[in-house]
This record gives sequence, C-alpha cells and structure tokens, in this order.
Amino acid sequence: MNTSTGIMERIAQSTSSVTTGVDAADIKHWVTIYVMGRAYEVPADLTIMTAMEFAGYRLIRSCGCREGFCGACATVFRREGEYKLQSALACQTKVEDGMYLVQIPFTPAEKAVYDIGQEEYAYSVFNKHYPEVARCVSCNTCTKSCPQDLEVMDYVQAAIKGDFEALTEASFDCIQCGLCAMRCPAEIVQYHVAQLGRRMYGRYGSPTPGHLGERLAELKDGKFDEALDALVSATTEKLEELYAARERESDD
Amino acid sequence: MTSEKHNAAQTLEKAGPSKKTRFPYYPGCTLKTTAQNLEASALASAEVLGIELVELPRWNCCGVVSSLADDDLIHHVAPVRNLIRAQEMRAAGVVDGETRLVTLCSMCFNTLKRSNARVKESADDLKTINEFMYLEDDYDGGVDVVHFLEVLRDVGHERISEAVKAPLAGLKVAPYYGCTLLRPKEIGIDDPEAPTIQDDLLRALGAEPVDNPYKKVCCGSYQIVQNRDAVADLAYDILRHARIAGAEAMTTCCPLCAFNLDRSQREIGEKHPDHEPMPVLYITQLMALAFGLPPECMRFDLNYTNPKALLLSTSLAGEEA
Repeated sequence: MNTSTGIMERIAQSTSSVTTGVDAADIKHWVTIYVMGRAYEVPADLTIMTAMEFAGYRLIRSCGCREGFCGACATVFRREGEYKLQSALACQTKVEDGMYLVQIPFTPAEKAVYDIGQEEYAYSVFNKHYPEVARCVSCNTCTKSCPQDLEVMDYVQAAIKGDFEALTEASFDCIQCGLCAMRCPAEIVQYHVAQLGRRMYGRYGSPTPGHLGERLAELKDGKFDEALDALVSATTEKLEELYAARERESDD
Repeated sequence: MTSEKHNAAQTLEKAGPSKKTRFPYYPGCTLKTTAQNLEASALASAEVLGIELVELPRWNCCGVVSSLADDDLIHHVAPVRNLIRAQEMRAAGVVDGETRLVTLCSMCFNTLKRSNARVKESADDLKTINEFMYLEDDYDGGVDVVHFLEVLRDVGHERISEAVKAPLAGLKVAPYYGCTLLRPKEIGIDDPEAPTIQDDLLRALGAEPVDNPYKKVCCGSYQIVQNRDAVADLAYDILRHARIAGAEAMTTCCPLCAFNLDRSQREIGEKHPDHEPMPVLYITQLMALAFGLPPECMRFDLNYTNPKALLLSTSLAGEEA
C-alpha cells in the first residue's frame, strides 16, 4: 500500500467494493446467484456482499464494517435443490452456484429498557425482562443459525439457570445480527437476552481488575494532565505527524 | 435396550469404603435458582453414603414446557438431548458404565422419564428426534431415568440408619408426594394410591412419619403464576390436614410443590387467621441434618417458613442454627 496516501483516503479505499476496476474479461469462473429471485452472473470468488455490488446493487442497509464484526449484513439463503434454509454474514461468505438469497437489514425485536443499577443480580432478571426464555424447547435452531458459530442454545439455557458467567463466555462474540431471533420457534430474542446477561455480569459478577483502580487513581492525581493538554493544544499538522509516528505494528 | 438392573447396595459394597459410586446427575433449573437447598442437601447426603452425583455437562431445560397440541414431538427434543448428555458421560468413562440418570427435582424426573419411555416405545419418534438433532450423536435408548429417592431405597434404609449421627427423634413429619413422583403409574416410583417411599426414609432418619390424607392432593402447580389465590386455598387445606394429623413439618422432593406450599403461607396467613405456619422442607434437608452435616449443606435460609424454631424446640437445630 502506498504509505504516502492520506489517512482518510486509505480508509475510503478499504471500504470500497473490491470489484471496482476489475475487467470482466479477466474473470474465469462465474456462478449464478438469485437475489430476491432474480438471477445474476457473478465472479465465483466474491463474497455475497461484493457479488451483490458487482450485480449493481448499491448497499445502503445490510452493510457495515465489511469485516465480520458489526452484524449488519445478516443474510438468509437456500441452495438450489436443498430443503434447508441457511444463514450467513454477506461479507464473510462466498457465493455459490444456485444460491437464492435475501438480506435481512433489520430484526424486529422487543428490546427491554432497564437500569442495571436497579436490577437484582439473579436469574429472575431474565424472567422479568425476557420471560420468553422459559419457552425454550432446546431445539438448537438458534445455534444452527448463528454465523459466529456460537452455542446460542447453551447461553439461553445458562440464562434460565442464572449462570451469568457461562452466558458471558458463550455469548461474548455475538455481533447482534439477529438471525437467532428470526429463526427461534419460541420467539426468544437471544442476542438481547445475552446483552442483558453480559451487562449484569460486568456490573456484578466479573472480578474487578486491580490495575484499573490504580490507573483511575493515577488519572485522578493528574498524572496524564500535561500530556493531554499538549494534545488538545496541538495543531492539526502536529497531530497528523504524531499519528503517523505512533507506536504500531508494521504493515508487513 | 435397557441395562441390567443394578443394586446400588451391592455396587457400594463391591466398590469398598474409599471408592465412590458415580452417577450421572441432572439438576434442572430450580436447583440452581430457588431450590439450591434441595441440591446442596442431596449432594452432601449422597456423599455420606459413598455416592457421587456427577452433573451432566451442557444440560438444558428438562423439557417441562408443556404442549397441548397432538403433535408435540418438538417438546421431547429437550429431554432427549439431556439423555444424550448422559449417554456421552457414560461413553467417556466418567461414571463406570452407569446407565441410570439421577434426578432430584420430581418435575424434571417425570418429564425426562416420560420422554424416555416414549422414545423407547416408539422407534419412529426416536428416529425423527435423532434426525432432527443431526448435530448430536443418536440417542440409543440406553439411559434409565431414576429419582434420587429410588437410589436411596436401593442403598437400603438400614444402611442409611447407620449413617445417622443425630436422629430426628420425636420430629413428626408429614411427607407430601404431590403428583410427579407418582403419576402416571408407569412413570411413578411408588404405589400411586398409597406411597411410602418418603415415610420409610423418614423412619430411617429417626423421624416419625405422619399420614396426611392430603399428601397426594394437587398443590396448584403452575396456577401459582396467575392464580395465587387458588394455590393458597389448596395449600391451606394440605397444610391444615397435616397439622390435624399431628405433623410439625412437611417434606417434599418437588421445588414447585415446595414453592406453593411454603411461599403461599404468606397469603394463607392473610386469608385464614387460624393458620399456623408450618415448615416445608426438602426431605434431603432432614437427611443432611440427621447425618450431622454443617448448616451450609441444609441451606435452611432458603426456606420461606423458617424451620429453625421448630428444630430448636426439638433440639435438632445443630450448632449454628
């Protein structure tokens, strides 16, 4: 990568479609995908997201980080000739021939409003805000639909048992795409349940790290005031210079 | 399909005094939440008898989410998944070939045993469920669901008597059986009309079982969720008749019965001024007490109607009670 390029340009480049500037004549392998029922010929090595852009879609929803972290690009698809409905993140999954797909830009789901400072650190917090958890029939459909390969059913069961630690461990990599909730026959909103559980565990269950207290005390004593003041009063040029010279891992 | 019937007493003798007999153990959600006193007292008492209850990894809801639909097969997925966990535990060599899965909550016992019976009877249902759970190993029908009271009956009440350090002498207790331990008949662990399994255990612990004609009358079950009043009325009769029969306390093995009979005493007190509070205990709590175990094994603090006054009056409370 050209290191002389400005930072903003580099960010813009990294999020633009990878198909930009590719000559169709250079592409050897093609597949047919069906976006909302309409067929498109697309290069075989594209992800669902880039294939849709190749086909001409301009994504203003169902598209976020493009790196598998934000959970915006939930997609459901069915392969031609298969009865099973599949789910995936469009930015992380390659197209396949005969893939029928649609993006799910939004999950209509009840999200409880609560003040974790006022909640009791007990299993009952789940029954209070998400009583549907008691309807779980352990069918594991949520787990099968999770593009992050989380054991979703296990963490719902951990909520029922009031095991906040197990819930936190099992749900930590949840990106809140909502596919579990869309597939659940018991209409549980798994990802919101997990978020409530993790918040409660963070507030009441997880051990307080000793170094955090020390650092907070240092902040209070003004240890970093001088350095911060220097940054606040620095010119844009000086900030850019500092940013470019910052301690970081190499690009190689 | 089913294993040969073990006799726990023989197994224990063969194992010798130092080696514990290990059983796969299914707790269920209430034992981790409102009924921690049932679990703590049962696990500690089992240990005294040389029995180790090994909790299943990754267990899920027993499947008590009930369905009124004719095609209710999806509701048997949860119980069968738990049976697969027991099968896995045996295959991993953790429990020395033990085919029995021990339960403590009588509701979980009933749910798991009923599903097990269904899939053992219906090859079609078992196949459908196994195919639905294609990510799991197939369930082979080789697990037997038992209640802890059955394990204790196999151990033998004589042997239990020998382990008693502080006999519950003079304590008059009315066992409450409810429905899930007894019905349907094919699932129940005792005579559905005249059960004695709790009475026999209480006698082995030195207590005096009292016969309550209301020992099998419905506690109100899940009506507690939206009709507390109806449950209070039912519980009032059950408790009143136990009192009339001369009981000072009641025992149960069911967290739902315990909840209804114990917690409803607040409402009962408001509706019926003649109501005398009566402790409702898990029978395993009395066993732990008779075995001379420390208070953290009984967790009387989790019983709504405090039994300490009663136990003090009969000098059974233990040092710290």
